[in-house]
Amino acid sequence: MAPVLEVSGLTTVFHTRRGLVQAVQDVSFSVEAGETLAIVGESGCGKTITALSLMRLIPQPPGEIVSGSVKLDGTDLLRLSEPEMRKMRGGKIAMIFQEPMTALNPLMTIGKQITEMVMLHDGLPKAAARTRAVEMLYHVRIPEPERRAKEYPHQMSGGMRQRAMIAMALACKPKVLVADEPTTALDVTIQAQILDLIGDLQREFGTAVVLITHDLGVVAETAQRVVVMYAGRKVEEASVEDLFANPLHPYPRGLLGSIPRVGSARGLDVSPDERLREISGMVPALNDLPPGCAFAPRCTQADDKCRSQIPPFELKQPNHFAACWQA
Amino acid sequence: MSTTTATGPVTHGLMSTVWYNARRYPLGVAGAIIMIVFVLSAIFATWVAPLDPFSTNAKASLAAPGGTYLMGADMMGRDVFSRLIHGARVSLAVAIGATMIGSGVGAAVGLACGYIGGWFDLLVQRVTEVFQALPLLVMALVITASLGPSLRNTIIAIAIPLIPIVSRVIRSNVLSLREMPYVEAAKATGMSEWRVAIIHVLPNTLAPLIVLATAQLGSTILTEASLSFLGLGVPEPYPSWGRMLSESAAEYVRTAPWLVIYPGLAISLVVFGSNLLGDALRDALDPRQRD
Repeated sequence: MAPVLEVSGLTTVFHTRRGLVQAVQDVSFSVEAGETLAIVGESGCGKTITALSLMRLIPQPPGEIVSGSVKLDGTDLLRLSEPEMRKMRGGKIAMIFQEPMTALNPLMTIGKQITEMVMLHDGLPKAAARTRAVEMLYHVRIPEPERRAKEYPHQMSGGMRQRAMIAMALACKPKVLVADEPTTALDVTIQAQILDLIGDLQREFGTAVVLITHDLGVVAETAQRVVVMYAGRKVEEASVEDLFANPLHPYPRGLLGSIPRVGSARGLDVSPDERLREISGMVPALNDLPPGCAFAPRCTQADDKCRSQIPPFELKQPNHFAACWQA
Repeated sequence: MSTTTATGPVTHGLMSTVWYNARRYPLGVAGAIIMIVFVLSAIFATWVAPLDPFSTNAKASLAAPGGTYLMGADMMGRDVFSRLIHGARVSLAVAIGATMIGSGVGAAVGLACGYIGGWFDLLVQRVTEVFQALPLLVMALVITASLGPSLRNTIIAIAIPLIPIVSRVIRSNVLSLREMPYVEAAKATGMSEWRVAIIHVLPNTLAPLIVLATAQLGSTILTEASLSFLGLGVPEPYPSWGRMLSESAAEYVRTAPWLVIYPGLAISLVVFGSNLLGDALRDALDPRQRD
């Protein structure tokens, strides 16, 4: 099947007073209809900037998407004019955000916010758009959708608001849903419900999902394929099973090693005394990257080559890519 | 939290919304009544005023309150009560007109500056600072002097100096609102920048705007008084509260205090009423206050 979303060579920079910050460098991936691709990495590794670049919501200036392409059903979003891109946003490619508490306008009812968007994209008259809004609230399993549509965001819980956000994002049946840490701000029990909901709606509508997260538990539960990012670059790409069973790059290996688990952790290089291992050091500043592999200063296996030359992103095993001299 | 909304105004019509809020904000109702009484008496001044505000009567010069002259008479024997009622026309027209124009334009400028930012903001802010460097009265003086004295020109002259004050507050408010996740989320739904600014950002600046506007109402009445005193406001013999107050304040405050007290009381009441109304409106318009 041809991928719905095909990103290649995406590079986004920020022109700041302290120099050029390369937030996203040469990132490529593709997602098929109904598939979930997870992009993982710690704070500041370029996940959110990648997501915003897909939507072309990077503040310009200081941000700039300098090269690459984002093809949605063959149309390169980066080459569209702003009015054409506006039709895509919300219509073909939608996004849900991390903060359900503040991502809805506090002065407008939930129903009105969804209605506005449906009217904007599908050109429906108000009454029909409103019916669609209530339908969508029903789809995201908000009880009493008729009444809830007339409520304001502050009258709902965080989980309810995130459901409303999802309803809004999916109201125009987009081909691609970009979910930027959709469950980070929620309770664990609500997290599971929201992830199930996204999965169910994805099957129902055939939406391709790009899930941005730092939570490997969420990845294991929902994604089919994973892209691991570090300091603005892709360092590993594999199916979820391969990545969890056999991480090639020391960074995801470290990430997996730093998750607490019940019982022993066979097959992973967890320290012998079974203590939780953290990755020492910090993510390097993006305007001051080391000359070689960006992870080298934190890596236990790094040698001189790692410190001087950037490793290429290449096929290491069937369907399993990584950027590491040691793998 | 969610069940209390059954009594809320969200599902009902305009009249029940008004009634619902009226019961919640009795002080706002008091403010509204004060304002309505003043506005109505201004509009129907010719019928409401018991005497002719212009006819002089040498025998009644500085007559104390009581009898024919409910609030006394001024030096020329004109009825203070009737002049107050007629004066409400000028004072309220200037106060409400200048405040609305000043706040409206100021809000638009502030929204544009805060939302667009960049060189546009920089340029407009510097112009604003030049305006702010001049005192309100001096600005108004220059404007009326060049436009000539009339009611319309007085309103314009008083509205223009309000623009920088309002635009600064709205701009700083918009600067923070612009970064709110719901603004980004609205952009992600494909709305144009202008639409986002008008339906998502502007309504959220309403609270400071209302507070600011009601606070300015009193100062506009007093600015008009100063302008009239200097012969640049609404021409004599038409009365305005400000001029009634300023003309008699120095000379008659000891001998005929009613010439000072009643216009002063009228100004205070309008400022008080508009503040009460403004506070209630601000709360009533914010859905977060309804639970």
